[in-house]
Amino acid sequence: MSEPILKIRNIETFYGPIMAIRGVSLDVGEGQIVSILGANGAGKTTLLKTVSGVMDPEKGTIAFDGENIHGWEPHNVVRKGIIHVPEGREVFPLLTVDENLSLGAYTLVDKMQIERDRDMVFSYFPALGERRAQEAGTLSGGQQQMLAIGRGLMANPLIMLLDEPSLGLSPILVKEIFGILGRLNEERGMTMILVEQNAHAALALAHHGYVLELGRIVMDDAADVLLNSEDIRSFYLGMKDEGARENRRWKRKKTWR
Amino acid sequence: MDNAQLLVSGLANGCVYGLIALGFVLVYKATEAINFAQGDLMMLGAFVTIGLANTHYMGLPFWIALPVSLGIMGALGYLIDRLIIRRMFGESQVAVMILTIAMGFVIRFVAGLIWGHEPHTLESPFAGRDVRIGGLVLGMEDVAVIVVTLLLTWCLYVFFRRTRLGLAMQGASQNQLAAYYMGIPVKRVQGNVWALAGVAAGIAGILFAVRGSVDPSTGLMGIKAFAAAVIGGFGSLPGALAGGLIVGVIEPFASRYIAAGYSQVVPYALLLVVLIFRPNGLFSQVRAKKV
Repeated sequence: MSEPILKIRNIETFYGPIMAIRGVSLDVGEGQIVSILGANGAGKTTLLKTVSGVMDPEKGTIAFDGENIHGWEPHNVVRKGIIHVPEGREVFPLLTVDENLSLGAYTLVDKMQIERDRDMVFSYFPALGERRAQEAGTLSGGQQQMLAIGRGLMANPLIMLLDEPSLGLSPILVKEIFGILGRLNEERGMTMILVEQNAHAALALAHHGYVLELGRIVMDDAADVLLNSEDIRSFYLGMKDEGARENRRWKRKKTWR
Repeated sequence: MDNAQLLVSGLANGCVYGLIALGFVLVYKATEAINFAQGDLMMLGAFVTIGLANTHYMGLPFWIALPVSLGIMGALGYLIDRLIIRRMFGESQVAVMILTIAMGFVIRFVAGLIWGHEPHTLESPFAGRDVRIGGLVLGMEDVAVIVVTLLLTWCLYVFFRRTRLGLAMQGASQNQLAAYYMGIPVKRVQGNVWALAGVAAGIAGILFAVRGSVDPSTGLMGIKAFAAAVIGGFGSLPGALAGGLIVGVIEPFASRYIAAGYSQVVPYALLLVVLIFRPNGLFSQVRAKKV
């Protein structure tokens, strides 16, 4: 791997007195999809929020494209080329699909480019093109997720931070959306961090994977290695029975500390 | 004929309520807090214009005093956000609301100190002139108020639908977190919303002062505009204007046909009825609050 475009070193982030990220380091190479797996409360979303500048780390550094960006205001981070596609879609419900996309391009000024990007988004998500004038709040969950991703693309980012794009979607839609993410990566070389609970789908798509537990990275390897690893299979892919899983999890945590 | 004249003067009155209500809704949508000083800002806008335009004070020509006073009000709105409200970021909305009530007192006190507590009227080119349409005799100031409000509504509509900043304001009010993620500098946008609310208050104040006399306690009229905003559906700009118009039109008719003591109550009775049967107001955007 050449010099990574995003380098996170030993960051610690707090929610008030609660330490949500306990010293995480992570690399993302250009054109890669890196998946971050973990249970609820592991700190996945917090990690993304720290990168996008919505939260600031107490310690550690985040270097992106050769510049230290930790502590920056979110709008400057977006201008630098990092877009965060939040968990639970978070579209602007009363604005139309078109207006949502326009706000995605808020940091850009070149009108021609914005229109070209809009056509590009519609080519990846034809369903959105058919509903341009519809209020985003009236779209289905899957369409809203597509809009959230499309809105992110409109910012013309160098890297997309995708927070649980599969949340609350049917398996067929997850397959469709992950297929499009894969195409975006292959055809446009889009770099992505993909945070997921749906470990199988995420690892199938990603090049590299990290496992986050209680604010720490407990495992990291190439995606196909993780997909076949004993621990991942039992914890996240549900290939062991419930009792054994609880037991193992407790033991593992002991050894990781 | 009488009724038609009542209607026009009611509409003109309603436009002023509507513009104050608009200020309430703008700030509420952007910051989730209610600015109870909006009525007092309106009063201040009237007095600033009087201070600039009336011969007794600075005596500037009316058409120069107008943009200057709107500029002052816009700057004041921006500064209120910048110096006071932004420090309350993360505090509870109740704290912000109580702060705005206090701000209203301060504005009333300062206005009384500068311009005294006697009623003032704005010397405008419209005063005392009539417009005749058919057999109708309408006060020119009433017509001016209605025309200006219509124009302003149209401008605001275009601003919110077509411009980047207008869209960003809507986005920041509908989903603040998502606005951050999209690279919208939310705090700066909110400052602009306050500036806009200040300008709206200034316009409302000027229109009010064109039609009648102002004194520092005029700002308490804001409560009636608040009722109008709730009737129209808090959170909806067209609703705020419509609510203002409804309250404005009901008032003259009520005082004409209902005994003096009761007519004052009618707008609030309407508020009660609306709250019981349509708790979100007549023109609400309920989906906006889907969390």
